Amino acid sequence: MSILINKAGILTTVQDLGRNNYRRFGINQNGAMDKIAVRLINSLLANDENEAVLELHFPASEILFEETAVFALGGANFSAKLNGKTVENWRICLAEKGSTLKFEQKVFGNRAYLAIKGGFKVKKWLKSASTNLKAKIGGFEGRKLQLGDRILFNSKFKIQNSKSKTKISNSLIPFYSKFPTVRVVAGAEFDDFTAFSQQNFLKETFTITQNSDRMGFRLQDAPLFLQNPKELVSSAVNFGTIQLLPDGQLIVLMADHQTSGGYPRIANVISMDLPLVAQLGANDKAAFHLISLEEAENLLVKFEKDLNLLKIAAKFL
Amino acid sequence: MSIFFTQNHIKVFPLGDNALTIEFGNEISPELNDKAVKLSQYLEENRFRGLIETVPAYCSVSIFYDVCTVRKNFSEYPTAFEAVKILAETALQNLAETAKTTPRLIEIPVNFNAEFALDLEFVAARNNLTPQTVIEIFTAETYRVFMLGFLPAFAYMGEIDEKIAAPRRNTPRLIVPKGSVGIAGRQTGIYPFASPGGWQIIGRTDYELFTPNAENPCALQAGDFVKFYASNK
Repeated sequence: MSILINKAGILTTVQDLGRNNYRRFGINQNGAMDKIAVRLINSLLANDENEAVLELHFPASEILFEETAVFALGGANFSAKLNGKTVENWRICLAEKGSTLKFEQKVFGNRAYLAIKGGFKVKKWLKSASTNLKAKIGGFEGRKLQLGDRILFNSKFKIQNSKSKTKISNSLIPFYSKFPTVRVVAGAEFDDFTAFSQQNFLKETFTITQNSDRMGFRLQDAPLFLQNPKELVSSAVNFGTIQLLPDGQLIVLMADHQTSGGYPRIANVISMDLPLVAQLGANDKAAFHLISLEEAENLLVKFEKDLNLLKIAAKFL
Repeated sequence: MSIFFTQNHIKVFPLGDNALTIEFGNEISPELNDKAVKLSQYLEENRFRGLIETVPAYCSVSIFYDVCTVRKNFSEYPTAFEAVKILAETALQNLAETAKTTPRLIEIPVNFNAEFALDLEFVAARNNLTPQTVIEIFTAETYRVFMLGFLPAFAYMGEIDEKIAAPRRNTPRLIVPKGSVGIAGRQTGIYPFASPGGWQIIGRTDYELFTPNAENPCALQAGDFVKFYASNK
């Protein structure tokens, strides 16, 4: 009734959709970087969309199934092989007891997700299974997975319809790219940037630097400027907030960002496009496209509707 | 922008597509912070459908919400943003009528011995004071918890007397020990656990600020008052 980590991998953590309601105590949300991938594969497996999953970076963990399980992968494509046989993303798969899941090479993206039908048995901290690496709590013992870790399944799941290999419709899957155009809504200080900097922000392409992790992605391009230097008093920031650092470069705040910040905010990545950013790695590039708040909200409403259809369909698989 | 917000010099702006910030000003002041804390508390106690959480800061409150739930429940508004803005405006108008709650006062012991007070000599020398005078000035005041951030349970408190203010260290320490009491500008704060940090350390407390498995893991919240006293523990 468990999986065993046979090889640690560089950074594999237990995550869900994040820890809400404690930001006012300085406890950030954490959770999966690519939340849409998690919502999709959990829904495909008829799990609660917030069910705990593994988030894998490359080189990824090697995972032994100590019991038969139904699982799905999503997000990055690390050329997954189950006992040597290719496993496609976004598809219901069956792992027989004793089989091994390996990730052979980085084909696309930077964060892959593994969900198990019925979910992993993870002790929640403040109602979430997400790992807070800084406070060393939540997820699996508050840390990344190591060789020999054993993660239990929630319940003995009765394997039925094991032949189902249903795949999520392409229309639901984020439009991933190594060079995405990422939609943003204007930030509080967008109008305080020089006209030239505003244009450059929406015209140039920004390179993701090495200095990028689950807390934030540092971008590199010609520096941007405010019309007048502005001292801000710290206030809450959000996953996807794009801030101007004192050196004129931008940072996109990611899942492990601090709860507050005081740098000028040029824009915020819309929720629907955060997965496009989350799958980028060093030297990938992104361009930004400004849309209205109403458009951003409409995209969320539409996705919710489509996801509900998947959830209904998944109950009958 | 609504007349209410404009008349009260309140700025409201989106913080992404699932949150907004209500800004009462752009300065560190107890009056503005009080407004932020009260609005946050009011919204948490009178939750609207789709509210995820509120985050008070020095002079603002950010409101995180679930777009789809707000749109469903407040469909008379063109966007979730507009709906939450109006809900916040109504909350602010109702605030005036709610009963005043007495803020908590928390007393925290601090050991100022040299082995823990890594930068006390520096802070004293910089301000032409003796370490003992720094301690006396520091412990004389009661401080307000303006907000939490940076780390779980890290409280930004202030403001300390200008006479003992000190800038952040040029080079942050890779590890500041748990319980270290620091100064940065006119702010003071306590490291709830060991962490990298750049504040000037003037003492250490054994008071537990962060108890992860407790029902309320964080000892302090925005709006509390804190008084430090010297202790040899």
